[in-house]
Amino acid sequence: MSRDPMETVAGASIESTARRSRQSDTRFYVCLGILGGSYLLLLVATLVADLFYTSPGHLWRALQSSEIRYAIRLSLISCTLTTLLSLWVAVPIGYLMARVRFPGQRLVDAIFDIPIVLPPLVIGLSLLILFQTAPGQALQRVFPVTYAIPSVVLAQFMVACAFAVRTMRATFDQISPRHEQVALTLGCTRSQAFWMVVLPEARRGVLTAATLAWARALGEFGPILVFSGATRLRTEVLSTTVFLELSVGNLEAAVAVSLLMVAAAVVVLLLIRTKGSESSFNRPV
Amino acid sequence: MISVEQLCVQVGGFALRDISISVPTGSYAVLMGRTGSGKTTLLEAICGLRRVLSGRVVLNGIDVTTLPPAARDVGFVPQDGALFQHLTVRRHLEFALEVRRWSRDRMARRVEELAGWLGLGPLMDRLPQGLSGGETQRVALGRALSFQPRFLCLDEPLSALDDASRAEICAVLETVCEHSGVTVLHITHNLAEADRLADNLLTLKNGHIESIDSQT
Repeated sequence: MSRDPMETVAGASIESTARRSRQSDTRFYVCLGILGGSYLLLLVATLVADLFYTSPGHLWRALQSSEIRYAIRLSLISCTLTTLLSLWVAVPIGYLMARVRFPGQRLVDAIFDIPIVLPPLVIGLSLLILFQTAPGQALQRVFPVTYAIPSVVLAQFMVACAFAVRTMRATFDQISPRHEQVALTLGCTRSQAFWMVVLPEARRGVLTAATLAWARALGEFGPILVFSGATRLRTEVLSTTVFLELSVGNLEAAVAVSLLMVAAAVVVLLLIRTKGSESSFNRPV
Repeated sequence: MISVEQLCVQVGGFALRDISISVPTGSYAVLMGRTGSGKTTLLEAICGLRRVLSGRVVLNGIDVTTLPPAARDVGFVPQDGALFQHLTVRRHLEFALEVRRWSRDRMARRVEELAGWLGLGPLMDRLPQGLSGGETQRVALGRALSFQPRFLCLDEPLSALDDASRAEICAVLETVCEHSGVTVLHITHNLAEADRLADNLLTLKNGHIESIDSQT
């Protein structure tokens, strides 16, 4: 039995449309792949170049240096303190901003973002000026901050906390207020509802905020240089080590320390991706 | 008795004005009305989750209008169950009892009783992520009833369920009400559900209670 000519034409048209659609899809994904791949290539190329520039010997010598060992120790301690301080502040701020509506909220929200958009050097300079004011100087007579270890933590905290606040705000935004309301009807006070329901449900967001704050603190350089100085065996952290080694022409040590920081950053980022992948970090606020 | 007297509640641009309803002690009232008519707002006001502009909410003769939700003795089951994602089914049933500092023994007895009524025995160690819609609503119901409230507010608890699960939960609700003697206010769009469960049928239309049918 012969096919209807109209059916044959319709069949050919469908096939042609399908072919065009498949070709268009392929071109689309190839274009995206080329654009994304070029950036990926650049990132990997810089890491590979660093790796080939240094050797296990350079890395070993860097780790033997007492200054660099001090910088590693101070970096680990200051980043951990910064992370704890950031969470201490970011969790209540994030919760309040997500749950409470008040006049001037947009302005307050914008102020919390200032450390993210401000040049890092300006943050350091602003901290330096703040501690030169009368109240700042009075505080420093009791508790020295500027060019001392507390200034390192404070400089890291200024930036890292802003990222933690943003993350916690997004996290609490995505937890339905219904859960708290149910907890209230079950006999909880607001505080009990927060500790027993909201915070446990926000744990992935808290982990993401913590890792992000830690990573930001580790990479902070500008505010530390201005506010804490770069005194060896005093206020030197890993980022300032890279700067100091570069400034004396010791490129091998600078690269070795850079690779240590890259390794730490990769570990932290992997932690974010694996443990915090279901949290709100990558979603819009 | 649940008694709402000339209640006014404002939510954004929407307002409920001069709403008055009365649900006798131990009866099962079903509140119907179109989407956006204010049924959930009324329920939330009774539970203490919405600020009341004027009017009163009186439960068993006590004016609870300004009391916090915890002090009202009202169990609440929201539309989606709103289970706590980090707690197992057992911990959901224990939640309100822990807040009230019940003893371990008393808590265990109550949890077993609820699990029996609601058929939750095999699910006790499961997290909410692994539960079906019907199971979720049974857990939400058990959690709301755990502390033996005198009032139960149900906000479209069956709306997202298939027919089989709906019939199953209806049967559970009948059993639970028979056992607990709780006074129920249940929101639904489903007339068959209302016919099956309601002692009193209320209709909310254009921000007012327009008709009240007593079936018993």
